[in-house]
Amino acid sequence: MRPLPVQFKMKVTDIGNPDYFHKVVDCQWGCPSHTPVPEYIRLIAQERYTEAYMVNWESNVFPGILGRTCDRPCEPVCRRVRTEEKPVAICRLKRVAADHKGDIRPYLPPVPKKKNGKRVALLGAGPASLAVARDLLPLGYEIDMFDRDPAGGGMMRSQIPAFRLPAEVLEEEVDLILDMGVNARFNYEISSMKEMLDMGYDAYFVGTGAPRGRDLDLPGRQESDAHISIGIDWLSSVAFGHIDSISGKVIVMGGGNTAMDCCRTSKRIGAESVTVVVRSAFHVMKASDWEKEEAMDENIPIVNNRPPKEFVHDNGKLKGVVFECVKPVEDENGRLNYVPTGEPDVYMECDHILMAIGQENHCPWIERDVGIEFDKWDCPVLDEVTFQTTHPKVFFGGDSAFGPENIIWASAHAHQAAISIHLMCQGKDVRRDRPPEGINLISQRMGVHEWSYDAEHDPAKRFIVPHANLSKALQNIKVEVELGFDRALGLKEAQRCLNCDIQTVFTDNLCIECDACVDICPMDCITFTDNGEETDLRSRLTAPAENLAQDLYVSGELGTGRVMVKDEDVCLHCGLCAERCPTAAWDMQKSVIHVPQLGTYPE
Amino acid sequence: MTFVAKPEVHHPQLPLNEIGLNRRDYEGLVSTLCAGCGHDSVSAALIQACAELAIPPHRFAKLSGIGCSSKTPNYFLGNSHGFNAVHGRMPSVATGANLANRSLYCIGVSGDGDSASIGIGQFAHIVRRRINMLYIVDNNGTYGLTKGQFSATNDKGSTSKRGVPNLYEPIDLVSMALDIGAGFVARSFSGDKGQLVPLIKAGLMHRGFAFIDVISPCVAFNNHNGSTKSYEFTRSHAASVVAADFVSPHEEITADYGPGEREVVEMPDGSRLHLRKLEEDYDPHDRAGALTYLQQAALDGEVVTGLLYVDSDGTDCHEILDTVDTPLSVLGEAELCPGQAALDGINAGFR
Ligand SMILES: Cc1cc2nc3c(=O)[nH]c(=O)nc-3n(C[C@H](O)[C@H](O)[C@H](O)COP(=O)(O)OP(=O)(O)OC[C@H]3O[C@@H](n4cnc5c(N)ncnc54)[C@H](O)[C@@H]3O)c2cc1C
Ligand SMILES: Cc1ncc(C[n+]2csc(CCOP(=O)(O)OP(=O)(O)O)c2C)c(N)n1
Ligand code: SF4
Ligand code: SF4
Ligand code: SF4
Ligand SMILES: [Mg+2]
Repeated sequence: MRPLPVQFKMKVTDIGNPDYFHKVVDCQWGCPSHTPVPEYIRLIAQERYTEAYMVNWESNVFPGILGRTCDRPCEPVCRRVRTEEKPVAICRLKRVAADHKGDIRPYLPPVPKKKNGKRVALLGAGPASLAVARDLLPLGYEIDMFDRDPAGGGMMRSQIPAFRLPAEVLEEEVDLILDMGVNARFNYEISSMKEMLDMGYDAYFVGTGAPRGRDLDLPGRQESDAHISIGIDWLSSVAFGHIDSISGKVIVMGGGNTAMDCCRTSKRIGAESVTVVVRSAFHVMKASDWEKEEAMDENIPIVNNRPPKEFVHDNGKLKGVVFECVKPVEDENGRLNYVPTGEPDVYMECDHILMAIGQENHCPWIERDVGIEFDKWDCPVLDEVTFQTTHPKVFFGGDSAFGPENIIWASAHAHQAAISIHLMCQGKDVRRDRPPEGINLISQRMGVHEWSYDAEHDPAKRFIVPHANLSKALQNIKVEVELGFDRALGLKEAQRCLNCDIQTVFTDNLCIECDACVDICPMDCITFTDNGEETDLRSRLTAPAENLAQDLYVSGELGTGRVMVKDEDVCLHCGLCAERCPTAAWDMQKSVIHVPQLGTYPE
Repeated sequence: MTFVAKPEVHHPQLPLNEIGLNRRDYEGLVSTLCAGCGHDSVSAALIQACAELAIPPHRFAKLSGIGCSSKTPNYFLGNSHGFNAVHGRMPSVATGANLANRSLYCIGVSGDGDSASIGIGQFAHIVRRRINMLYIVDNNGTYGLTKGQFSATNDKGSTSKRGVPNLYEPIDLVSMALDIGAGFVARSFSGDKGQLVPLIKAGLMHRGFAFIDVISPCVAFNNHNGSTKSYEFTRSHAASVVAADFVSPHEEITADYGPGEREVVEMPDGSRLHLRKLEEDYDPHDRAGALTYLQQAALDGEVVTGLLYVDSDGTDCHEILDTVDTPLSVLGEAELCPGQAALDGINAGFR
């Protein structure tokens, strides 16, 4: 056969490119902060909780908090979803590390007494600002942190209710950073950016969040104002003790996380009944599945496809809400449109409404003539890599940057912004001089049949996190609902992780094409075949490679002119290919991804 | 040798066959052979073929002698019948098994030592008797299990791992099988499942004695430069003369053929074999011609592979002996022992 022209062949995979193997570690790739998940799960399996905690702390800054509250973008992408069904309980294992850790002080980065002469102002004391502080302090920066609230933590304190995040856990991790030497200026209302700039800091980080809750201007809204609260304002009043009860029938409007926290909080502080009413369909609600489940477990009904039409009141005393009945219809682009069902409108009685229909990042205190440009949606114009505004000294991060996200995104933004601030303060280019990503590959072979990791596949189903007794939990807002895995359950759950960072590395000039690896692979990942262009190649493999999000690993040409093609999609990282290979053409090597971040914490 | 067993989890899209089983249901225990042994690939090909044929695993009987090759029945079809016989004596046991229960699909796996050295006499006679079975020799040109002595199929001049040449002429089991009446004769390579799997399927469906000589390299003792049974040598010297595509009764024909490019051979169970000649002057129905071709090719140092001979209306031992259709194993005592009167009648016939 004539050799195929080059353009019809796939290129040899460049495993030196850090992204290639990074993507194979689905959870780490999916985590905004790129936490090395399998590394900490292995440490948990060895009962090295302190080290497991530190691996987390270095990359996501708030392991104890996130181990309870993270949005867990890593879990839906976990390989285990594709090989079996349910992801590894990555998030709850993080909590296991936090709950069982020992003294972490010896592992903390030292903060120099002698400062480097640069002063940085952090506006807001939420997770974004705290993480910037943590990254900059070990390098000798002087950090001033401003917040209108009486304590640090931002929405982690003011919004996330104590039954999900106990105060001690929050305080421990917030104080850890403040105690590294932050000059905290709490109870400080920032009312002018100009004023701040006049204070002459070398750099500014705006981490003021997305503090404005959306409202609905419907008939009766103005008149019933006394009985309608904006969800996030109401939650923060509860958090700071200004509100400690709610009475009568409560309707929570909205389908996101705030709605779930509002309804569960109401149920705990005295509501006679609580109903969540959502304009959209159940499956497109913004709240995570587990939050919806938990609300429903607490017997809170969720009513979907009901947009509100009117607030009904009697001389300013709220009586109820009229809702329209709609149903979702998918158009040809898969988008949902809501059309009236023709049923008569429904009227629901209520005494109080909590409005949880979204937030905005809104900075009225930034004068529009200080050199910080805003776009037509009134959002700051930012460089997506450096988080720098059009004012070279001002950076944004967290919810204030691109609108409301979550804690893990706040810490991811913070790492990047901290790099930029450092580069800028050192007179370097914030874009060009950024540290590159890197990767190290380290063989895990210890002997003929011995690997440094537990290669065997554990077929166990996901373990369920024990919960507190429901009636007890509903009586007191401070009773944490989830009890977390104990050590024994944590160890079992840790075994489910497939060690996706222990990579299958192929050396083409060692392969004798014996097919042993093809035959032993339980997941049919490996094929020896003629090269071709990607779509064609994907269809010709031992098992068709239909998941386009997962890369093919293509080797150089082998003795027969064929190539080795491995579909990374459902590889178990069991190492059987490497065990079976007579020539060690396959080796299991741990990929250590160097995600750029300030600081020199031990690897 | 792998100690970690293959986990049960499998590819989420692994297809089910017509009886609701997937390929993994046809596997056996974890192999204890050397990593990279060709025999493991032959087992993998058997697993794939049996799964594709959608025959329930308990309908197979696996028979073998002694050798690494003869150990392999442990590594496929875990839920079937099996008998690991004495060195070179698998044919006797296979004959007995097939005579006792003709409803089972018989798979014999042997080695070149097991069949061409100690068992050559037994091999010759099972071919002659046309026992209805698939007989596979995992041919590595060496006694793998006893650590690498030359076997009787090792080519003259081929060297040992230490460089010592073999002084004797090889026995070609394919020529022998052709010579003494096998109805289905093929040669393949463990490293070419595309060729081997359809041959196994066709061999299992063939009525009578089906023989496949599979070059199956021994990574430990016969895979060096100078060996004529190595991966490299086989790959560079193998030439397929006839390609056989197996099409089961309910299967659509998917392959594209030009006019006159293929010949269809009907199999007893309704499946079809599509033969494609890859070599102009080769005729897979001409026993004598095939023998001549093979001998010439051997002189030229070529390893001829493919379906080398097939007799579409082959007979088997049960037909020759005119036995009852019901397997003897399920006949009752009344049928098997017709009583004194019948015996007297038979005896009277000899007087
Ligand atoms: C009800 C609710 C529940 C949530 N639950 C979760 C969850 O379970 N998991 C999760 O990951 N995320 C959750 N989030 C989102 C998460 O809290 C935020 O994404 C995150 O806190 C954003 O961090 P940040 O540092 O950008 O800003 P914030 O946490 O909002 O902090 C901003 C700080 O700036 C201060 N500030 C703002 N303006 C001024 C000013 N003018 N002067 C002085 N100070 C000012 C504020 O007081 C605040 O302390 C939730 C959000 C809400 C509303
Ligand atoms: C009666 C008897 N003689 C000799 C042996 C020793 N023996 C065991 S396996 C074997 C040769 C096996 O060679 P082959 O059949 O080619 O199998 P391979 O291991 O190469 O697959 C011999 C001679 C024996 N087990 N029994
Ligand atoms: S199996 Fe483990 S390493 Fe792989 S994606 Fe899931 S948590 Fe991450
Ligand atoms: S590690 Fe190797 S044998 Fe195991 S699933 Fe991945 S490719 Fe297959
Ligand atoms: S087992 Fe090793 S030598 Fe054999 S085909 Fe696979 S990679 Fe190549
Ligand atoms: Mg042998």
